[in-house]
Amino acid sequence: MDNITFQSLKKNLKKDYSSLNKIKIAILGDSATQMYAQAIKGYGYELGINFEIFEADYDQIELQTYNSQSELYEFNPEYVIIFYCTNKIQKKFGESHLTKKPLFAKEFTNKIENIYQTITTQIKCKILLFNFAEIDDAVFGNFSNKTNFSFIYQLRMINFELMNLAQKFKNLFIIDINKLQATYGLNFITNNKIYINTNLFFSIDFLPIIAKNSIDIIQSINGKFKKCIILDLDNTLWGGIIGDDGIENIEIGDLGIGKAFSELQLWIKQLKERGIIIAVCSKNDENIAKEPFEKHPDMILRLDDIAVFVANWNNKADNIRYIQQILNIGFDSMVFLDDNPFERNIVRTNINDISIPELPEDPAEYLNYLRTLNLFETASFTEADEQRTMQYQEEAKRNIEQQQFTNEADFLKSLNMIATVEMFNSFNTPRVSQLTQRSNQFNLRTIRYTEQEIQEIAKNKDYITLALSLKDKYGDYGLICLIIMKKQQNNTLFIDTWIMSCRVLKREMEQFTLNQIVEIAKQNGYSKIIGEYISTPKNSMVANHYLNLGFEQVNNQWQLEISKYAERNCYIMKT
Amino acid sequence: MEQIDIINKLNNIFREVMDNEDIVITPESSANDIEEWDSLTHVQLIIAIEKSFNIRFKSSEIRNWKNVGEMIEAIQNKF
Repeated sequence: MDNITFQSLKKNLKKDYSSLNKIKIAILGDSATQMYAQAIKGYGYELGINFEIFEADYDQIELQTYNSQSELYEFNPEYVIIFYCTNKIQKKFGESHLTKKPLFAKEFTNKIENIYQTITTQIKCKILLFNFAEIDDAVFGNFSNKTNFSFIYQLRMINFELMNLAQKFKNLFIIDINKLQATYGLNFITNNKIYINTNLFFSIDFLPIIAKNSIDIIQSINGKFKKCIILDLDNTLWGGIIGDDGIENIEIGDLGIGKAFSELQLWIKQLKERGIIIAVCSKNDENIAKEPFEKHPDMILRLDDIAVFVANWNNKADNIRYIQQILNIGFDSMVFLDDNPFERNIVRTNINDISIPELPEDPAEYLNYLRTLNLFETASFTEADEQRTMQYQEEAKRNIEQQQFTNEADFLKSLNMIATVEMFNSFNTPRVSQLTQRSNQFNLRTIRYTEQEIQEIAKNKDYITLALSLKDKYGDYGLICLIIMKKQQNNTLFIDTWIMSCRVLKREMEQFTLNQIVEIAKQNGYSKIIGEYISTPKNSMVANHYLNLGFEQVNNQWQLEISKYAERNCYIMKT
Repeated sequence: MEQIDIINKLNNIFREVMDNEDIVITPESSANDIEEWDSLTHVQLIIAIEKSFNIRFKSSEIRNWKNVGEMIEAIQNKF
């Protein structure tokens, strides 16, 4: 990010995008958006995305929305970015009659709701809507807060109401320019002289930042987001070196610059609460490294916050590979924090795709720097996310126990696995949708579904759905597998979606699931099941999924005759 | 600052902004002579010149330039 400028993004425009993954987006704005569009296109190259962009002519948001024959609908984008700029609505507010001013926010958000409804009824897309940079209109001074006739009052109300709209509508996302303004300031994000003369709202230096922030949302919706943060300890999580300085002398809490580390820990603790997995990777003796987590009164992170704790004298790249094996998530979903540039370089040269922030030298600047990177964008949050750490801790225990069994079957038997099989229902819909959004590896066709779409599938008689949960003696995996099957002609069921969480790999869950599929297909009078594998850069692990399960290849699909099916063996009981 | 120094510095800015190493500007050069010089790159030019010379133009100045010569004049007026 540091070395990306608008100029460098513009240079990208001349490069070859033909092999990159294509995503169609439309940009509608009430100010000039050409440079923003260029920045988005150029930033896409950095991330391997070929954004195909439709940019509406200036000030056509409503025209494009309410004309069902418009270019917007003809273009049929996956994402529509809508940008109303503060200066424009300030003008509208200023021109509105005094008696109308207290109603301004309500009228504006009603208009937005209407635009959202109109576009999403017409085309299947997600809408990314800018909220508003705050400006001090200096009409009422501080008294703005005491009267709803003020622009500041109405503007803040709009920003607040947009959050409510975003909660109400699953496919509405807010591009939070207000949050960026808090970091960079209004005089950085916009240049009024340029705006007055050209109608371009964003300053040139701000363009790469706002482009990245917009794309972060799209990436996270597409399943590209961080799931785990791996922490070094000495001088990263506390000041000093635990092995040399001892537990009384490390800087945390009130000692030395301990406040900087306390703030960082509190931030990480909150990440953990919303589902980010915390791991430790430190060059230390394990018992010494764990001591502050157990005994130091000012430590905010405790051992039960850490899913995988690795402290030894091996090289960090190997240790991170070990953590990756236990967690079973991609390196591209991991962030590694280490104060030592040497360690960062070793990991960076050995492990592609892992994010390694170049931490500033001064720990007092760690947190502010990390916040500007917006590493942990997400497209969903469910309360189950919070339990993830516990699940990964259980997984670490299983891994250790597994090493004691020489026979795989004995190990599986010892786990006492019990599965629950349900259809999609209102309780599991959020998790089901989340799995379709997030699973990349064990995902046969990688079709993403919103909650609303899952609800519709659950109601549709042409579909059979399965949501499978698993637990064993160590704990509850929760909902880890889902199946969507669609009725085809000739008594045939087509497996539209087969997703399984990688946490239950090698548990024979596939065999168990197939038994369930066949059973329910039989009950409903089907004689044939068709499966399909659609290859993506990430799902090669299931390329032979249907072959391994005994399906026969027919053209590009896989077929199973139910009459010939013999129930597969597995060590999973059904409740 | 001498005109020649300004024009050399400006030339580098033009090459960088237009992403074209072959551009050679003269006081007579206008948007008609340089293919990449449009309303968007014009904005980039203004910002780059302001940064590079550590000056600020007035709106009336940036709206009325007909050619590079007038740009140079505006820059010289700031010193």
